[in-house]
Formats: sequence, structure tokens, C-alpha cells
Amino acid sequence: MSFASITFFVFLGILIILYYALPHKIQWVLLLAASYVFYLFAGWRYLPFLIFTTISTYLGTYYISRNAEASKAYLEREKDRLSKEDKKAYRARTKKRSRIALILVLAVNIAILFFCKALLVDPFLSIAKGNATLSFLTLGLPMGMSFYMFQSLGYLIDVYRDKAKALKNPFKLALFVSFFPQLVQGPISQFTELEESLFSEHAFDRAQIAFGLQRMLWGFFKKMVVADRIAVAVQALRAEEYRGFAFFILTIFFAIQLYADFSGGIDIAIGIAQILGVKLPENFNRPYFSKNIADFWRRWHITLFQWMKRYIFYPISVSKPMLNLSLKGRKKFGRFGMRIPVYIGTFLTWMGTGIWHGFHWHFILWGFLNCIFIVVSEELTPAYEKFHSCASFSNKKGYDIFQIIRTFLLMNLIQITDLFPRLSEYFGKVASLTYVFNFHILWDGTMTKLGLTGTDYIILLCGVVLMFAVSLIQRKGSVREQMLKIPRVIRYGILFVMIFAVILLGSYGIGYDASAFIYNQF
Amino acid sequence: MKKKVALRIIISVILFAVIFFALQRLLTPKYMTESKEGAMIQEYYQNAGDNDVVFITDCEVYENFSPVTLWKEYGIPSVIRGSAQQMIWQSYYLLEETFRYESPSVVVFNVLTMTYDSTESVGDQSKMEAYNRMTLDGMRWSKSKVSSINASMTKEEKEKSGIWSYIFPILRYHDRWNDLKEEDFRCFFKQDQVTDNGYLMQVKINPVKDEYPRIPLVSYQFGDICYEYLDKIRLLCKEHNCQLVLVKAPSLSPIWYDEYEMQILDYAKAHDLLYINCLEHLDEIGIDWDKDTYDQGLHLNVYGAEKLTVYFGHILKEECQLADRRTDPALSEKWTRKTRLYDQRKERMEKERDQGTDIQP
Amino acid sequence: MESELREILEEIRPDINFDAETQLIDGGILDSFDIVTLVAEINARLDIAIPAEELIPENFNSAEALLRLLERLDEE
Repeated sequence: MSFASITFFVFLGILIILYYALPHKIQWVLLLAASYVFYLFAGWRYLPFLIFTTISTYLGTYYISRNAEASKAYLEREKDRLSKEDKKAYRARTKKRSRIALILVLAVNIAILFFCKALLVDPFLSIAKGNATLSFLTLGLPMGMSFYMFQSLGYLIDVYRDKAKALKNPFKLALFVSFFPQLVQGPISQFTELEESLFSEHAFDRAQIAFGLQRMLWGFFKKMVVADRIAVAVQALRAEEYRGFAFFILTIFFAIQLYADFSGGIDIAIGIAQILGVKLPENFNRPYFSKNIADFWRRWHITLFQWMKRYIFYPISVSKPMLNLSLKGRKKFGRFGMRIPVYIGTFLTWMGTGIWHGFHWHFILWGFLNCIFIVVSEELTPAYEKFHSCASFSNKKGYDIFQIIRTFLLMNLIQITDLFPRLSEYFGKVASLTYVFNFHILWDGTMTKLGLTGTDYIILLCGVVLMFAVSLIQRKGSVREQMLKIPRVIRYGILFVMIFAVILLGSYGIGYDASAFIYNQF
Repeated sequence: MKKKVALRIIISVILFAVIFFALQRLLTPKYMTESKEGAMIQEYYQNAGDNDVVFITDCEVYENFSPVTLWKEYGIPSVIRGSAQQMIWQSYYLLEETFRYESPSVVVFNVLTMTYDSTESVGDQSKMEAYNRMTLDGMRWSKSKVSSINASMTKEEKEKSGIWSYIFPILRYHDRWNDLKEEDFRCFFKQDQVTDNGYLMQVKINPVKDEYPRIPLVSYQFGDICYEYLDKIRLLCKEHNCQLVLVKAPSLSPIWYDEYEMQILDYAKAHDLLYINCLEHLDEIGIDWDKDTYDQGLHLNVYGAEKLTVYFGHILKEECQLADRRTDPALSEKWTRKTRLYDQRKERMEKERDQGTDIQP
Repeated sequence: MESELREILEEIRPDINFDAETQLIDGGILDSFDIVTLVAEINARLDIAIPAEELIPENFNSAEALLRLLERLDEE
């Protein structure tokens, strides 16, 4: 069941009515039931994976919290009898038991994720593929697996770290894992962020529901009018013959598609949750206004990179061996040597993120490029600043815009790897930027051979301008709240125009192959 | 305050609905000048009631039998519920619906339909989807329509939007805003009549040139589903006290193989049905393949259709004991009007043909 | 400990007034590189290892919060 289907709207409509009409006490139960219905639409064969992750996470958190409680109680009871060293040793022993449980659950789940990514989706590592007779090998990645896995494992680690409480009720955990708006493509929520609004009772709040619907509408606009429309041209431009400037155009088109599709999907997810009174974390913060690549990754797919930071980057970079390495490096190489752990942590994190997207060399390359650019720009920051303070000609605003454009273009070159599983092709295309200057494609009719007509380009232009304008307005706070200030008639007019724009201008239905949400398979 | 909010919501919803349905009406094709077949199904409702004979199935009926001629010659009121590439399940559901609007004594079923047993058997699936729309969109909402939609959708239709795009045709036609025609505005409220009681008139003459090759097929066996629906049609007629007549129209292509003929003969015999293969009576009918076809023998033009109708009407009158109802004043008046429209149409089309100003093939 | 911490902070980010800032993380002033550098420095100079689970905004939003964290870890 795609969000962009009437079936889903009917489903959502029924859910909303029940949600606010039935006793509010059972709202979370209703959400759980709805999430499982939603998941069943994706295919019952995927269900065992979801249930397994839920149960194993539950058992893990249950054991860890019981263990911690027992340990605390024991120490409390015996606090006069035990010496400080005894207490420390006892604490270490119980912690070790928890750690074993943690590692066990983590390992099994990550193994499943790896197995599914390697065998079910990607033929790259799949030895079994050639002689696969098992029907489930052709199953594809279970819907949303990367997302619900990360969410569950993050929660498990939080419980281990004593940063989140373990849920006593396994069904509540099941809801946290499967909450349907975020199942398709995130955002990846942290338990402590979500728990309050997910399990509490919500009174009918007209303003919140209106806001949620508006957020969904904006998401549908981005996805259906902009992303799905430009997708055709992106596909066409991937072809061998488009090099040089045509490749440059492709990077721009792909940037538009990727952002409109992904952030649109997230808008829809957050909007749905808001209608139900649940607050999901934001996943984008106007990323194309970033001034450098590190900045970009703090504003794009935020929840994934928060996750990576919390559970991979930090643990690696501040681990004992790394700290020792840092000490040694500091003695030998000074400031730079001290930062060795940062670089190792960064490197491993990006490799991990690359692999999370799929077992493919181009994802590894993608991670590697990001890592290199971030580290280099970090190291060059002092030099930049020096240059900047010396250069008397530079004006602040102009320099900001320069940085934004530079980051945008550079990011496009990194993101576009996604389209070229064959690395040689990617490098060939990038190289062609330096010697193929086929600017004539803009006026020699090439652009209209990509599956888009002149009207399509006009619609796209309007869509992109609108998205840009909304981003600018966003700097002053919520667009929807600012809209409340304009006269009601005009506001309703805008909403009507947007609804009919989606209905009439959206790319969907027969004759048009609505691309599944790009992030679906990750 | 609460009242005000409720009022606001009601007004918004009404306004939204008005715009939505207006846009939907505007964007749905009207089929007034091109592919007129798309307008036939909904035109039926103006001609429903008091027809003694109902023709069902595809172009082999709506291009070859002329109800006005049937009235003129024999006083038999009739209507054609034909549509392009009508599949047998669609014929069944159309017939089911027809029985709710009138009680005919005879249903004429053209047997070529038996050779199409799945949407795939028609070939190009996007074309099939267009045919589906032309047959289904025009039907009024009823259980029959829902069943017909569910039986008809192509694989792609099922995957993409399912029945929703039939409930809200705007979901299907939303991108037509770019090629709206004058007729979309002119016929917003009321459409023109493009047929004469379901008969789509053609006046052009395009003689048969070569004989159509009889390429041997792998299998001549009609599909199980076709027999299943033919049985259903037969039982439905029985239930409504109505005689089912099988007919094979005199079209030279697609080829009507002997193996097909055998199966129909067997079926007719087994169920005691009247079956007329017009291909075997071409001389009696008087078809002249140099003058009576507009597309080299695939379909008849109006001259051929009139000849065929005279021939076929005689059989209906004799074998099915249909009364001459020209004595009924109300009916007579109605049909006089129809006859006048028919004659005017024929005259106009002939004039256009002779002046070369006609657009239609 | 307090003076030493102040020294470390000022070495890493001399451009920031640590007395006034209470939104070091939430305000996006310190990035993850700064934090890891900070942890390594504290480990080297104060011999306090800050575990990964303590790397959360609440502990790093202000110099004061960081000091409290260090005192707590030192005690354990």
C-alpha cells in the first residue's frame, strides 16, 4: 500500500475516525493494529522478519533491564557490607552479562539485515542467486527493514546504556518497531524522542490535524508533481551517450528528484503521524543551503546520521584503543596525531553508511567520497578562515552564496554515484565534464527527447521555484504557522490550488510508471 | 464559534466537491468526433425501454445491424448494446443491466466474441485498457458495473489504481488538461447522439481487395471462461423469458474458422438455440463486397448493414414470432423521430463524403 | 579540574565564549569532531575516559554541564 493511493487514504480515513472516536486509552493499540494491517499489504511473507526483530529486541531489553534492576537491588541491600572495590567488581560482572545479551541480539539482527541485503536484494554478493531455488530468495528486501532494524537496535543499545527504559509490554515495543508512517522510508526515531507521543492519549485537535494534512499535501506535491515527473528525464540521461554538460544537467536533475522524492516522502510520514498526534523527528533541514559537506550531512537524512553518530562514530572514536592511539599520536605528531581516532571513526562510519545502502561498490565509493571531502574540508578550515580574514575583497553574503553553490555542486557529484553501479562509467562521466562542452544540448532539441515536453519543464520549474520559496520562508519558522496570518480566503485558495495541482499535475496512474519511493529498498 | 467552524467546513467541502466533479467531467473524454465507440454505452440510457430485441457484443453488431431499418421494415423496436472489443464478461454484465431497464423478447449475441478469452488475447494491453474504459466508463453505477470492472481490468490497471480510477475517472484522465478539445466544453452538460439506437453509421465505400489468408492456428478451442459466460448469458435470458439467438456477422476478417463453426453448432444444438451464420448466406443477403463495406470487408457500411438487417429481420420475425408494433401510436411516434434523425444523418454523411469534408474514416 | 577543562575548551575552540553558551550542541556550535577531540584531550590531560553513552547533548551543552559530568565520572 503506497501512501499515494486511494486505498491508503481510505485506510487512513477509517483509522483517524476510530482513533478519535474510540476510547483514547486504546489509541496505541489501534496504531499497532493499523501498522500490522499496513505491513500485511506489503506481503505477509515479510512479517516473520518484523516479528523476529520485535521479539528479539524485547527479550534483549527485558533481560538487560532485569539484570540491571537485580544488580541495583543487590547493591542497595548489601551497600554496607561491600567495599568499594567489591561493588565495582560486582557491577562489572552484571554489566558483562548485559553486554553478552546485547551483543547476541545485535549480532543476530545485523546478520539478518546483512543476509537480506546481500542475498535478497543485491545479486552482487549473492552466490546463491545463480542456482536459487528457494522462492524467498526472490522476495526482495522486506519493506522498511533497514529502518525498523536501526530503530530497534538503537533502542536496545539505549536500554543497555541506561538511557531509555525497557518496555514491559511487548506490544508497545511492537508498535515502536512497526509504526507505519515511518516504516516505508523513515525517519528513524529514537525511543526517548518518540515514546511520549506514541503511547500517550491524544485528544482530537483540529489545528494539529489540519497541520498534518497540510504537511502531507506538501509532501505529495514534491513527490508526485516534481520528483516523479523529473524521474523520466533522469532515467533517460543515464544513458551512455550523455556526457559533459549533459552529465552536469543529470546531476542537477537527480538532486531535484532525490530531494523532492525523499523529503516529500518524509513530509507525508511526519504529516500522517501529526494527524495521529505523534511527533516524528525531522529528517531534513534545508540541506541544499549547506555551506560545506559536513554541514550538509547534518541537514540531510538527519535521523540516519544521528543514529550513525550515536551508535557507531562515537563508540569507535572514544573507545579505549582509540584513546590510547590518540595519546600516542599526540606525542608523535601533535595536534594532527591526536585526531587520528576521529578520522578512523569517520572512515568506518561512512563505510557503514555506504553498506547500509546496499552491497555495491558504488555505495562504498559514495561513503568514501563523503569521508574524504569531510576530512579534507575539516583540516582545511583553519586555512580557509585565514584566507577569508585576509581577503579584503570578500563580502560575507557573496561568500556564503559561493559556499552554498560549491557544496551543492560537489554534493551532486557524490550523490550521483547512486545511478552508476559501474564505477568506470561514473569516473568516465565525471572526467567528461572537463573536456566535453556540449552546451548546445540546451537548444538543439535534446532536452525534449528525454521524455519531458515543454509543458513538463514549465511545471517542473514552477515546482522547484515553489520549493525554493518555501525553503526561504522556512527560515523564519513554520510555513504553516506563517500561513495562519494571511486572510482565510486566500489561505483556503492556496490549499485548493495545491490539492488540484497534485491531482492534475501529479505523475501517476496508467501510462505513467510511478517510481516507487526511491528510498524504499534501502 | 463552533457553528461557524462547522459552516466553514461544510462550505469548503461543497466547494471542493463542485470543483472536483466539474474538473472530472471536463477531463473525461466525450468521444464525440474521435473513437465514437466510447460514447455508445452511455447513450443506451436514452434509448432504453420498450425494445423487443437487444443486440450485444462488439463492432460485429454495432456496425452491421441497423435498428432503424428493423423498425422500418418489420416494426420491431430494437437496440444495440455494443462497444469496441467488448469481452464476453462485459456483454454478460451489460445484459444483466439491460434487463433492469427493459424486458426484450430476443437477445442477439454475435459469436466472434467467443474467440477472446482474456485481456491478453486481444494483444496490446494499453489498447485493451482504452477499450475497457470505453465499455465501462459509460455504464451507470450498479452491481453489474462493479462486477464488470473487476472482471475486465488488465494486469496493469489492477496494479496501478484498481477500481478507484473507475470510481473517480479523474485519476485516469488527470493529465488530459493538456489536450482538451472544443467538444469537452461544448458537451460538458449534454452529449450529442453519435449512434442510431446503438448503430454506428458508416457511409464510405472501400471494396474488398484480396482474400484474407486463412493462417492455421495452434488451437481453435474457445476458452473455458467464454463457455462459462455464454452459459451465464443463456441462463440469464432463460430467467427473463427471453430467447437467445446466436449470430455470426458477415465479416471477412477476423477469419471465422470451420473449427469455430463446429463448436458453435454443437453448442446451439445442445441448448436448442437458433444460430445463423451470415457468412453462409451472403448471396441471399445480397452483400456486394465492392459496395457494401467501408473497410475492405471487416465491417459493413450502411448499405450493407441495411441489406443484412432486412434479411435478419425476416428470420427474427418468422422464427421468434415478433409482432409488428407499428400500430402502437406512442412507439410509432418515437420511432418516426428516430427514423428522421437516421435519414438526416445518412444524408449529411453522404454529402460530407462526396464533398470530402468528412473527418471520420 | 575546572581550570584545566577551561584551558582545553579554549584550545579547541578559541572563538567561543564558554561562560555564556548553554546550547553548545543543540545550537550546532560544537560538531562531532570537536566532541571527539575534546574527549581525547580530557582523557590525555585529566585521565578521565568519557564513555560513548555519555556523549549526549545534555552533557555537552555547556561548560558547566561538562564539568558536572567529569565530576560524576571521576567519582565512580
